[in-house]
Amino acid sequence: MAGIQGLRGAWLRAAAIASGCLLSALPLAARAAPTAVTVAIVSQSGDARYAPRRLEQAYPGHPQGRPLTAARMAAEDAGVELELLGLSLKVTELFLADGQALPAALAQLKAAGVRHVLADLPAPALRQLVELAPAALGGAMVFNISVDDDALRGEQCAAHLLHTLPSAQMRSDALAQYLAARNWRKLLLVQGSEPQDALQAQALVRSAQRYGLKIVQTRPFKLGTDPRERDLSNTRLLTGDREHEIVAVADSAGEFARTLPYATQWPRPVVGSSGLMALAWHPHWERNGGPQLSRRFYKLAGRPMQGHDWAAWAAVKAVAAVLADDPKAGIAQQLKRLRSGSVFIDGAKGPRLSFRLWDGQLRQPMFLAHGDGVAGVAPLEGVLHPSEVLDTLGMDEKESTCKQRP
Amino acid sequence: MHILAASSPGINRPVSFLHSTLALGASLVVSACIATAQAQAQSPAPTPNRVYVSSEKDNSIQVFDTQGLRVAAIDVCKRPRHMQFSPDHRQIYVSCGDSNQMGLVDVASAKMTGTVALGNSPEIFDLSPNGKVAYVSIEDENVMAAYDLQSKVKLFEVKTGGEPEGILVMPDGKHAYVTSEVANVVHLVDIAQRKVVKNIRVGSRPRRFVLAAGGKELWVSNELGASVSIVNTQDQSVQHTLQFKVKGMRASDITPVGMALSPDGKTVWVALGRANHVAEVDQVSREVRNTILVGKRAWGLAVHPDGKTVYVANGLSDDMTLVDTATGKATRTVAAGRVPHSVLVQP
Repeated sequence: MAGIQGLRGAWLRAAAIASGCLLSALPLAARAAPTAVTVAIVSQSGDARYAPRRLEQAYPGHPQGRPLTAARMAAEDAGVELELLGLSLKVTELFLADGQALPAALAQLKAAGVRHVLADLPAPALRQLVELAPAALGGAMVFNISVDDDALRGEQCAAHLLHTLPSAQMRSDALAQYLAARNWRKLLLVQGSEPQDALQAQALVRSAQRYGLKIVQTRPFKLGTDPRERDLSNTRLLTGDREHEIVAVADSAGEFARTLPYATQWPRPVVGSSGLMALAWHPHWERNGGPQLSRRFYKLAGRPMQGHDWAAWAAVKAVAAVLADDPKAGIAQQLKRLRSGSVFIDGAKGPRLSFRLWDGQLRQPMFLAHGDGVAGVAPLEGVLHPSEVLDTLGMDEKESTCKQRP
Repeated sequence: MHILAASSPGINRPVSFLHSTLALGASLVVSACIATAQAQAQSPAPTPNRVYVSSEKDNSIQVFDTQGLRVAAIDVCKRPRHMQFSPDHRQIYVSCGDSNQMGLVDVASAKMTGTVALGNSPEIFDLSPNGKVAYVSIEDENVMAAYDLQSKVKLFEVKTGGEPEGILVMPDGKHAYVTSEVANVVHLVDIAQRKVVKNIRVGSRPRRFVLAAGGKELWVSNELGASVSIVNTQDQSVQHTLQFKVKGMRASDITPVGMALSPDGKTVWVALGRANHVAEVDQVSREVRNTILVGKRAWGLAVHPDGKTVYVANGLSDDMTLVDTATGKATRTVAAGRVPHSVLVQP
């Protein structure tokens, strides 16, 4: 049982970190032993997103390392405040060998008293975890920190499922706002053949309608050099039409998208899966305490902080915030508080952040970034919403198909 | 009065880089010592009628007259943030977040005459009552560190929660308050014992302090809480939370940071950050009397000792707004360098 060993190892490491951290340096510590709350990150050992060669590519918007460091950092950030309330927060990680390992893993989590789970899983494994966790753990709160599918926030949503990573729709809305604000309205959409590519393209079509952009043409692309298929793989042939002002690329794998900027037939900017991208975090964001957060992370992880790290950090921040809000609340009550939007977290992106009532998504500003830095922040200035301008990104209450609320 | 910063040696000549740095460093130290000695010997009077604004990205202190006319810029260390006068107002101490220094600026000659090495990313500081010790929040190391400004030696440090920011030393010099932005806590530090003796939970992302009611009340701005927590300095309890509302603004746009007390002690001025307003708050009733539109992300601010003008640094529009306190109106907004942070007034 590799999973169980992984968990034990993680506990040992957690204990070592806790004893060395600043909490012990502060007074008022032990009137009584603090109530320990454990957050578990559940990952898959063979997750293709973390394959070494894939990580080497460092595609922007893709995970660039495991989320443990960011999650631990959030627990340490909250240490002083929670200690005052007689609580302590720690983070462990648990690796699933495969889908079959989940029931056994949940039993382990149950034994450890875990109810707050960060799911760093691909969509199918995530859905299985969401289904089994409440019964197996006696009530559970699951954070999706790594999948952007809107379906998980829509028809496949669950009352106990929260999302800190922005959805695909949020990303394309952020991008569309930026293009509309610049009046760059005519898009050529270049789309891959993966199901995820289709979902990204679908989100972009929807965003284009919302913000008055026009997709003048959609072209499928295919990786390769087969001369018989060069109309699908040659970047100049794909972008030869003169009508468009912008090339938008939907490529969930990232390999083709990387080849597109500066390789188009006409001098046109590339947006979407490369070029200008909507991201949850950028290590060069320099306001709202961003540099401090990125520096702390870099020191611990030895690499720049990315969106997926931010999502893991934000999830543990949310657990800490709801514990601080009412240390005695049970898991059901915590879910209600979080999804009511009345518990806020500081995401180092400007405004305080809260979860949407209708689909459990964390509303948040998004960075419009290119390789070199942040060009803009969505919601763009001038974009309006009747009650909460952050809800111009992603599915708003009236559009949401999610029916599950705590 | 633009002074060249210690010239950066050519990057294409690594060998001479080393030599010139050593030589330059030595000569700087010598000249700094002479300058300090001279400043102390002659003690030239502080220049009157001046407003000083630290400009984070210009690495300078912009100098204005009290009407807002820019008269000079003083080159200082990198990313200057918080500033304080020495007790005799003949020096300005400025913390520099990127070069990890305290700049010592001679007011009469408008020159930086020396520096004190600080920890990583210093931000806000306060002085001991005799002005000899600076207590500095060191953001990246999560400590409040104490430095002797004459010997330039670090005396001690006290661990805090994540991202310490606001620091206020009580007038008796025995205690200091420190905010932790990440932990949503104010630490009460016993300076003699060199440790935190009490943690006070306040609002979300606590930033700065102002001491009011003759030292009985500590006001704490909560940037993401859109509020100010008022702490009783006798029993360290939160007596009141003042929630700000601005017509036409949502709560999430109201991000209070900088605060200043009027000379008569009756008014607390609070910069409301993203709401682009400053609030005039009655200290006794804790009612907001007025909110005044200024520049983008109003942040640091200071009140003229005559109480007639408030100077507000606007971090996102790179300017400073002068507010007339009698009419409650912004009278003038002037360019103040890239990312203005803090304001000092010398009447």
